[in-house]
Amino acid sequence: MNRWDKFLDTFFNAKVMAKYLPDILSGVVLTIELALAIIVTGLLAGLFLALVRSLGIRPLNWLIIFVVDLFRSLPPLVVIVLVYFGLPSAGLAPSAFVSTWLSLAFVLMAFAEEIFWAGITATAKGQWEASRSTGLSFVQTLLYVILPQALRLTIAPLTNRTIAITKGTALGTVVALHEILGMASSAVSNSYNPSPLMMGAAAYLVLFLPVVVAARWVETKFAWKR
Amino acid sequence: MPPIVSAKAIHKHFGTLHVLKGVDLDVAERELVFVIGPSGSGKSTLLRCLNRLEEPSAGSIVVDGIDMLSPRTDINHARQRIGMVFQSFNLYPHMTALGNVTLALRKVADKSRVEADTIGRAALERVGLADRAHHRPAELSGGQQQRVAIARAIALEPRVMLFDEPTSALDPELVGSVLAVMRSLRESGMTMIVVSHEMGFARAAADRVVFMDDGQIVEQGPPLKIFESPQHERTRAFIGQIQRH
Repeated sequence: MNRWDKFLDTFFNAKVMAKYLPDILSGVVLTIELALAIIVTGLLAGLFLALVRSLGIRPLNWLIIFVVDLFRSLPPLVVIVLVYFGLPSAGLAPSAFVSTWLSLAFVLMAFAEEIFWAGITATAKGQWEASRSTGLSFVQTLLYVILPQALRLTIAPLTNRTIAITKGTALGTVVALHEILGMASSAVSNSYNPSPLMMGAAAYLVLFLPVVVAARWVETKFAWKR
Repeated sequence: MPPIVSAKAIHKHFGTLHVLKGVDLDVAERELVFVIGPSGSGKSTLLRCLNRLEEPSAGSIVVDGIDMLSPRTDINHARQRIGMVFQSFNLYPHMTALGNVTLALRKVADKSRVEADTIGRAALERVGLADRAHHRPAELSGGQQQRVAIARAIALEPRVMLFDEPTSALDPELVGSVLAVMRSLRESGMTMIVVSHEMGFARAAADRVVFMDDGQIVEQGPPLKIFESPQHERTRAFIGQIQRH
């Protein structure tokens, strides 16, 4: 066996791959479900917090800033561990899926809130004034004038953050979640061969590359000249 | 006839800065009042107090019979009667010219899309931009953008129009088109309060020129009187400065 064959046999072993393909695929399905749950809830919660923050109610804003800064500082892994192993002592016993989902959704919410908020504040003050001067209310101005502009500004940073946090689904392995990486690493231990890890890597590429490409497309589509 | 705009003893503080120091301004219906003065004299702040974009610290403002400072006044309703045009146009960049003009018609005046479009097109027609209805602001020149901004304001059929340095951000060759629109508005009988340094336009079109300095009205009168024989030293100095250019 020459070096190349050895390399292929180690990292792309067809037999091992065929055997563990179904495991990896079930991991892919779980990862997709988890990712969608995180993205939908995290982004909506983040947008909601940013909108509430724009109302400018001081005590509420302090609370929002505190929560947001907390979840931006804590490593997501720590949040997952705290939720999974900590909540049972409070009488709740979330599953591995729910723990990972809640933890990462909170982290995404925190970052998304900051990004939406930055988009709202970056929209020129004159836009508020023009809209309010025609009689539109605060909420109408926010909805029809400010948000459409703010959302366009946020697409790029939001996509990056969303992808980064969604890849954090791999952290679910610490609470024995059977997502892609969890499936791949147990397959690696069982087969004494790293090929399943390569399949896992391929699965992540298949999952996330289209998202990145789609985000780039959305970004150009929604860009407008100033 | 009572004045359509009546501002009394307006004070405005920004922190420790006393920007308006008791300003009284009455404007009659169909009157065109020009407000001039050095930068920082409070003329823009006064204008912005009239539709409560700035909250006056003290005083009273009545526009078209509505007490603008009363907590019982529906300010969003009242603002429909007061059109405002800004130095920096402030068109909504994500909407077409027609979209800019019709947003408040649909959302505030409760017009259907069809009604709003008809009114909006008529307003664009009045500013000479009927053929630009579907252009985005970025595709329009500064002069055209400012005319769309005027159309956005007049589409709501305001009783008063406020102009805050409407031509200051424009290249010189584009100023004329905006002034022409303002002149035709004037001829249609619109009450207008204009903060601007377009002295030629003031001479030709204004009924009254108000000179402000240091948060107060120093002197006011017909344009010829203010420009040719100002009574106060500060007015003379200011008129002298701007006419040297």
